[in-house]
Amino acid sequence: MKLLIGAWRWLDERLGFSSTIMPVVRHPVPRSVNWWYVTGSATLMAFILQVVTGVALATNYVPAPSNAYDSLHFITSQAEFGNILRGMHFFGASAMVVLVLIHMTQVFMTGSYKFPRELNWLSGVLLLALTLAMAFTGQLLRWDQNAFWSTVVGAEQAARTPIIGGILTKLLIAGKTVGGATLTRFFAIHVFLIPALIFGMIGLHLYLAIRHGVSEWPRAGRPVHKATYLQEYEEELKQGEPFFPDAAWKDAVVMLLVVVAIIALAAIFGPPHLGKPADPTIVQAYPRPDWYFVWYFAVLALSPPSIENLVILGFPLLVFLGLALIPLLWPTGERSLRSRPWAPAVVTIPVILVVVLSVEGFRAPWSPNFAALGASPLPAAVQTQLDPARQKGAQVFQFRGCRACHAIAGSGGHKGPDLGAVGDRLTPAQLTTRIAAGGGGMPAYAGVLSPAEMQVLVDFLQGLRSPNREPAGTPLAP
Amino acid sequence: MAGGMTEGRAMTEQAGEPRPPGAAREAVLSRRRLLTRVAVGGGGLVALALAVPVVGYLLGPLFDSTPATWADLGPVDSFRQGETREAELSDPSSLPWAGETARTAVWVRRGSGNDFTAFQVNCTHLGCPVNWLPEAQLFLCPCHGGVYNGDGTVAGGPPPRSLFTYETRIRDGRLQALVSGLQTV
Repeated sequence: MKLLIGAWRWLDERLGFSSTIMPVVRHPVPRSVNWWYVTGSATLMAFILQVVTGVALATNYVPAPSNAYDSLHFITSQAEFGNILRGMHFFGASAMVVLVLIHMTQVFMTGSYKFPRELNWLSGVLLLALTLAMAFTGQLLRWDQNAFWSTVVGAEQAARTPIIGGILTKLLIAGKTVGGATLTRFFAIHVFLIPALIFGMIGLHLYLAIRHGVSEWPRAGRPVHKATYLQEYEEELKQGEPFFPDAAWKDAVVMLLVVVAIIALAAIFGPPHLGKPADPTIVQAYPRPDWYFVWYFAVLALSPPSIENLVILGFPLLVFLGLALIPLLWPTGERSLRSRPWAPAVVTIPVILVVVLSVEGFRAPWSPNFAALGASPLPAAVQTQLDPARQKGAQVFQFRGCRACHAIAGSGGHKGPDLGAVGDRLTPAQLTTRIAAGGGGMPAYAGVLSPAEMQVLVDFLQGLRSPNREPAGTPLAP
Repeated sequence: MAGGMTEGRAMTEQAGEPRPPGAAREAVLSRRRLLTRVAVGGGGLVALALAVPVVGYLLGPLFDSTPATWADLGPVDSFRQGETREAELSDPSSLPWAGETARTAVWVRRGSGNDFTAFQVNCTHLGCPVNWLPEAQLFLCPCHGGVYNGDGTVAGGPPPRSLFTYETRIRDGRLQALVSGLQTV
């Protein structure tokens, strides 16, 4: 025992643990610190987990297009615990994206970004950008069809940048096409470059948190003034408590919960499904981003073509510029939500927007429904009502791929209008014109359909009516 | 760079020292200041010497000057008149470990006679691979809803222009396409 104490003293004298580190660990925090203050630690825990699982995964991953997919298969199905590690890395990534946003929301709602903590916020905004960059590059390393085409979409987005678009694209995909040099580049960015930047930024972020101290819980009627705040905070700390252990135990509990939750999710749901291997000769692909980018996928599909470049490039810039400006434009004043009634709206509106866009993105009504093509028949309810002549029209409708974009009785694509009751709206002449000439997103079929096909198709469509409705074009009764 | 600022501060610090009135500024360049400048300048040079190869290496893809080359698409007779079908070509600039990505798909449309059009499969909107629907005579994009006619012109959706094409030629009864990388808007 004496020996142990002696050894500890020897180490401590040299490390300066008691004299330098302990005062930092036990720095006073305001007594008003509560459970809301754990979101930053939770995010940090998710990041640590990403580093640990990522380093482990890297021992088996081969960052070359010829082998990347096979090595992922090996990790998933053969490597000891590989399945659960991949799952943890995936859910850890989701957790990081979610927790960073929750942490930012909490800091924004409590006005903690105000003087003197503006740089804490700004370094946090950079960390958000780096987290999203990790999420994007990570998805590409899966190197399945989704990954490959997401890379192409990313490259084409970069190509839209004015003037330097071409240069950016070449740098991003490391050449003229997505291929051998692309994956190694993304690998280096994902496992070396961005993590190094994140380590540095977290270091700065934590240093600033200690330098300026944890903000006190906001109180209405106590606005931040640059002249007096530091002194007020000093007063507050006089009744404060040491960070460790009085406040830190809450962080520890939540950090443990984060780890347990991620392991549980990985164990229950497993890693994300590996699609077909990244093979540019397979054009039957259905590329979709991971869930946290689905809202942006919807933005890309829905933005009006005339302002599309502005949306693709300007929108992310605007979001980050806006976030960066928050502490610079409002460094002082009230922190309490009672005096900032607009703050919840600033958070809620983007959240609603992202949720709505995500729902649309998952539905993707603008995408043709390839599953409705080929042999799959119309719903029985529609089929049985048809006489032989109209059966022929239904066959044309199916064979010519109309159902990729048009639904009947809810079955089919949703790019064009539902035709379940089109007979109510359009006369045979109108139907013929619309099909032959197209317009408003509808392709012209004049050169595709024979006159006989057109005839039976129009007859079939004309007969699609809601119950008890006269066909379109019937003169109104006097 | 930053040297200018430190110099300015140093000047004020030295203001208290006795100095002959009206002496030229160069006269106060002390030994210490000179060594500081040499150290900062030397450090900058070393940093530059390090940065040139590293940055140059990372910017390497910009200087890739692989010329456009003719790639084989298959025998002319394998394409039927009035039909559009998928063909494959090998990317001439691909690396040995490119695996599947060394090959890429091309939509080849043969009109009458030897009238060929080779379309890049990437949608001009954001690059997803378009699918040919022979019954509807349309190319459909699976991502954001782009639709093209059989001749590659836009029929609907967000694409800003018609499908990109490769220049084609026929050599020894085989169809070839001129390939130089991903064409983007």
